[in-house]
Amino acid sequence: MEFSYHIEGGDFSKAGLASSEVKKILKQLNVSASVIKRVVVALYEAEVNVVAHAYEGDVRVDIAPERVVVVVEDRGPGIPDIPLAMQEGYSTASAAVREMGFGAGMGLPNMRKNSDELNIESEVGKGTKVTMLTRFNP
Amino acid sequence: MTVQELTERLGLSVCSGSEGLGREIKGGYTSDLLSDVMGHAKEGDVWVTLQTHKNIMAIASLKDLAAIVLVKGRVPEEDTAAESEEEGIPILSAKEETFEITGRLYEALKAEQTV
Repeated sequence: MEFSYHIEGGDFSKAGLASSEVKKILKQLNVSASVIKRVVVALYEAEVNVVAHAYEGDVRVDIAPERVVVVVEDRGPGIPDIPLAMQEGYSTASAAVREMGFGAGMGLPNMRKNSDELNIESEVGKGTKVTMLTRFNP
Repeated sequence: MTVQELTERLGLSVCSGSEGLGREIKGGYTSDLLSDVMGHAKEGDVWVTLQTHKNIMAIASLKDLAAIVLVKGRVPEEDTAAESEEEGIPILSAKEETFEITGRLYEALKAEQTV
């Protein structure tokens, strides 16, 4: 089963829409509440990253009986130093974004904690592709 | 304790989402950093914050929080309130600042032995 969603950069009012849809779908499929929470937390953080840093992005969600794979691919500035970006507390968010309570440097760490496999590919000046896999029966 | 009971006990005003006043409170969390709440708040928590924009509802909904308490008399933005109505997750407003209302919330939940 596959679903896709588009994300506009800079539009915070719509951040969380894909997560909310995916939550509904996984609930209908009787996926356990604890797994749903992990998937939506990870996806929400990825959505916010696209809104806060990129021009636009696309979410693709692929659901199989044993796992869900979420791919978030954006066109944006890219991440020059991924290990640094993965450090809790490190953020390049603007002051305006921080004032809204984003940019705590916890987005990528939250994504790592809430997925079984996290893969980040990024090219500076082009964009970033984040792939997250979560198993239904860990 | 339900959200309704908490509202009465702490003298909070209900800004939106009154349909959800029967929700059961299991605990509380105080933070203005959205990722912190996303990572650490638990289902059924009451969330104390000064943020009023729409993303607080996305978090409350994704994390199945019981209610949001805004501090210092703040009220939700229009689209935030609309989302609260739709989700049936109440947004409450406290006159007190964060430190004080968190303390009172903790006392109230402790008396019920939920924290």
